[in-house]
Amino acid sequence: MDKPNPRVPFEPWKDPGAKPYIRLINVTKTFGSFVAVDNISLDIYQREFFSLLGPSGCGKTTLLRMLAGFETPTAGRIEIDGTDMSSVPPYERPVNMMFQSYALFPHMTVEQNVAFGLKQDHIPRPQIAARVEDMLALVQLSSFAKRKPHQLSGGQRQRVALARSLVKKPKMLLLDEPLGALDKKLREQTQFELMNIQEQVGITFVIVTHDQEEAMTVSSRIAVMNHGRIAQVATPSEIYEFPNSRYVAEFIGDVNVFESRIVESAADHVLLRSEDALCDIYVDRSVSAPAGAAAWVAVRPEKFHVSLAPPDGQARNTVAGQVWDIGYLGNLSVYHVRLPSGKKVTATQANLTRLKERPITWDDQVYLSWAADSGVVLVS
Amino acid sequence: MSGPPDERPAAAYLAGVLPGTGHLLHRRLMQSVPPYRWLLAAARRLGVTPRGLVIALPYGFLAAFFLVPFLIVLKISFAEVVIAAPPYTPLFDLVDDGVDFYLSVKLNLATYWSLWTNNLYVIAYLNSVKIAVISTVITLLVGFPISYAMARASEEVRPTLLMLVILPFWTSFLIRVYAWIGILKNEGLLNSFLLWLGVISKPLVILNTDWAVYIGIVYSYLPFMILPLYANLERMDLTLLEAAADLGCRPIKAFWMVTVPLAMPGIIAGCFLVFIPAVGEFVIPDLLGGSDTLMIGKTMWVEFFGNRDWPVSSAVAVVLLLLLIVPIVLFQRQQAKVQEAAR
Repeated sequence: MDKPNPRVPFEPWKDPGAKPYIRLINVTKTFGSFVAVDNISLDIYQREFFSLLGPSGCGKTTLLRMLAGFETPTAGRIEIDGTDMSSVPPYERPVNMMFQSYALFPHMTVEQNVAFGLKQDHIPRPQIAARVEDMLALVQLSSFAKRKPHQLSGGQRQRVALARSLVKKPKMLLLDEPLGALDKKLREQTQFELMNIQEQVGITFVIVTHDQEEAMTVSSRIAVMNHGRIAQVATPSEIYEFPNSRYVAEFIGDVNVFESRIVESAADHVLLRSEDALCDIYVDRSVSAPAGAAAWVAVRPEKFHVSLAPPDGQARNTVAGQVWDIGYLGNLSVYHVRLPSGKKVTATQANLTRLKERPITWDDQVYLSWAADSGVVLVS
Repeated sequence: MSGPPDERPAAAYLAGVLPGTGHLLHRRLMQSVPPYRWLLAAARRLGVTPRGLVIALPYGFLAAFFLVPFLIVLKISFAEVVIAAPPYTPLFDLVDDGVDFYLSVKLNLATYWSLWTNNLYVIAYLNSVKIAVISTVITLLVGFPISYAMARASEEVRPTLLMLVILPFWTSFLIRVYAWIGILKNEGLLNSFLLWLGVISKPLVILNTDWAVYIGIVYSYLPFMILPLYANLERMDLTLLEAAADLGCRPIKAFWMVTVPLAMPGIIAGCFLVFIPAVGEFVIPDLLGGSDTLMIGKTMWVEFFGNRDWPVSSAVAVVLLLLLIVPIVLFQRQQAKVQEAAR
């Protein structure tokens, strides 16, 4: 497979001619009266690193297990590479899964674990040995081939599980919270390893996670899920900068939401009046809602400019308040500001200068302002 | 935070720094009760530690109720039969005839030799092992599906199923074996039922054959196979089977490649728990077996109560024990290996 030109962005979902590799069509799964997955339709393209993100119980794992074949949809259809998977049992599907618990066979060595899948396909012995060796080299475990899983560390087991699920060259690799059992440092390091490996093998990855940072780091696209439905599917930066609902805005990163009413809804801008912020808010993007409708304006903490004096000539997009608390994180300072309306707003500023040169302190009157393109109007 | 500030020094929060009531009692006893002090001093001189005392308990029990009786049996096995009470000669004899004064030790090895030369005993041993092996295999074949079904049953019914397996123990073993006579005899329940069904035209002769012995042993020892197997299978991580399926392994093959290897410790434990008592079984062959069902437990009983030949009977027991020690040692070594792997 050719390595794609890194200058050309990898965005097959924007290309109307691109054929989706995995299609979920109106998939629903119920357990008794509980609806785990509610009428989801989703297209995933070849070579994508696709994340299913959501809180526990949102149906993301059920969706993954349906792709693997461990659960059958109550309604709807799943297609992989144009083939309907409805009647295909897990052991005949061209997909492999990496389990959250890794599910390594405790009675087999690392080598035997990795070779297990190939043996099922009756591949000649020397070929199996060669592929297992290659795969162990890829995950840097060649010297551990003869060990049993209980003799490995958590990070090593994770890599054995990855090697075992990749060795069959599946059309799609499913990863269920693959890094959940690792500590923070190892997790961050492994995220990048995972991305490199995905690039090398060129297999479509679908990952389930509840860790938004992880999803942001590794994914080409993220599907944010809530109560069995998909709230938004978009690239990490779109999800962060242009969330389509309060749920998505609040799930991904920190956000300040001002309750507002639309005053003016034009083709190129929106003007809102907020009782929360006690100011007019101007956003340079159109919304579908008409004037008079209720809306929410989401502003990320780092989009604020914090100053002691009111910004010149800007009455809009500016709120005044009192510093209630300051958190010093080293690279950032976090200001918790209380507005006259009682609302608390969080603003962060990069610490470009040394501590003693920063003038803002507790109980100071400060002004938080933001640009017209920084706020996002949410109608739901 | 509320309440008065805690003024204890920081060291007071370290485990074991604050003296407990036991410690205070010890200190008081040390000061005022000299025998307590002496006893402790003597114990320390002898190397007795509290830990040693705890460990000594099971060893003491084994010594009193296993080792001593075994030595008595061993002693009797080297004696000769006499018509007396007890019906065997003493091993040790203090001779004092005015000229000589010595301790005479007489070990009679003829009994052991006769066990080897007399075909009856060799055949009885071999037959016991044969019956035990066949019964163990049948018990495994019957027990495994039952344990498997129990372990895969829904969590609410599992305790009930377990109870049903244990329930027969509430009735005396002897009575349950007697009940089988009623079932298996020519005009018994089984034959009446089969005749009524029309499957057979004349009664099957099962009672007083080896078949009845197999049925009796499998029935009696089935729980000993099921319980360790169930404990093992129930603990198994079912995602391993999903992983096997995900890697292209059909369910039946996954059973042989994943479930059975992982159940091996349970299978081995169950087999030993059935095999070891089955070799020395006496009640079942005596009640259900025929006169030609030769098992070592029955032979031992006949020698002891029928012939009043305590030395032969003891020798049979000693040899049986030696024969069983081999599988027991193997079993323990395997258990140690499992423990190692589980860590």
